[in-house]
Amino acid sequence: MATSEVKLLGSWPSPYAMRPRIALNIKSVDYEYIDEKLWEGKSQLLFQSNPVYKKIPVLIHGHLKPICESLIIVQYIDEAWSSGPSILPSDPYERAVARFWAAYLDDKWFPAVKSIGVAKGEEEKKAAIAQVEQGLGLMEEAFGQCSKGKAFFGGDEIGYLDIAFGSFLGWLRVTERFNEMKLIDEANTPGLAHWADSFCSHAAVKDVMPDTDKLAEFGKMVIAKIKAAGAAAQRH
Amino acid sequence: MKAVLGTMGDEVKVFGFWASPFSRRVELALRFKGVPYEYIEEDILGNKSPLLLHYNPVHKKIPVFLHNGKPIAESLVILEYIDDTWKSNPILPHDPYDRAMARFWANFIDDKCFPAFMKAVMGPENEREKAVEEAGDCLKTLESALNGKRFFGGDAIGMVDIAANFIGFWVRIIQEIAGVELLSADKLPALFKWTDEFVSCSVVKESLPPQDKISAAFKARIDQAQTNTRP
Repeated sequence: MATSEVKLLGSWPSPYAMRPRIALNIKSVDYEYIDEKLWEGKSQLLFQSNPVYKKIPVLIHGHLKPICESLIIVQYIDEAWSSGPSILPSDPYERAVARFWAAYLDDKWFPAVKSIGVAKGEEEKKAAIAQVEQGLGLMEEAFGQCSKGKAFFGGDEIGYLDIAFGSFLGWLRVTERFNEMKLIDEANTPGLAHWADSFCSHAAVKDVMPDTDKLAEFGKMVIAKIKAAGAAAQRH
Repeated sequence: MKAVLGTMGDEVKVFGFWASPFSRRVELALRFKGVPYEYIEEDILGNKSPLLLHYNPVHKKIPVFLHNGKPIAESLVILEYIDDTWKSNPILPHDPYDRAMARFWANFIDDKCFPAFMKAVMGPENEREKAVEEAGDCLKTLESALNGKRFFGGDAIGMVDIAANFIGFWVRIIQEIAGVELLSADKLPALFKWTDEFVSCSVVKESLPPQDKISAAFKARIDQAQTNTRP
């Protein structure tokens, strides 16, 4: 496929926006990155290119219409630049396993991580943490099955599930810091602990993974806003 | 039934529930591709079988798809696997951009249309009007994906048509029972026409549950919901 102009609309704190960036890096595709400061409002370009969801990331490839939803974009990148290294596994069953876990992470696991930050009271927080830990137990097992002794879920190289899961590591570390606890560690999740280090230091990842300090500052601001909005809603 | 293209001795099983559009999707895809399979009915309202819980420990739900003993859960993941494995009658387009669009709409159906519709027909009375409006908006957005074609997949059904099965069949039955008019010829002409096209495909007809049983089951469910909310 001819290298047409590739644009990606994202937002630096967003794990979802990180995913297509990693995929484009794996394929060595040049792209223009447009950072949306979502907390300051959404741009016209975002409204125009994703009228259905009005969310980032959005990929605009040449004259084609925009593509939305991070995992769909990653699959598109894999299929459109088919001569580069593969992102999805080649075996159909392994592909299904990768898709299954990516959907689980998005639908169940990461919402539980987010709920730790806005939990009301200790009981709610404990329940959310338990859910996150249970999920990490499942992912540790999945890592063992998928990696087959190699460094990544995708084997020797990072693949679809590495991207889907690894993009959440920044926020996971911020959650660990805010709650003074370790969620991924050598003792409970040794496979994931090594994997997390390998992932974050990978060439395709390290420049797009936000710095934990910066993300923590941003996190504090977001939590404060959510709590203020909640309090304001209760006053009415 | 078309000739099966695949390895001999393939063992294909589907764990489903007769009234569920999600397990019916899997059956429709298999029938469309001419893949023989064994169907196992799960009593999801009563007791889920130990086998189901073993094969889908994470979500404990149907459908579960088994190919030569290897389980896969989540209907859209299963559909992709079926398309990857059995090459006859593809349900996803060939072009990467078109594939991305098909995936987008299939996910939109599950993430937005389905919950919005269920809220419109089963949700609390005081939120009914707003829920109906939102469901209508979802369906209107989905309708735009038809873009003058006979099916979402073009001249033949594809993944989006299969994912939209509950809109093609269940919605018209349920909305009548619930007394909510969401999908009608004047509100959503193109989508309404598509539902007729969809259910008139012989392979779709074969994979649908009996209409009267769905009506009865849903009536019971709505009555139950109303009983639960009575003071």
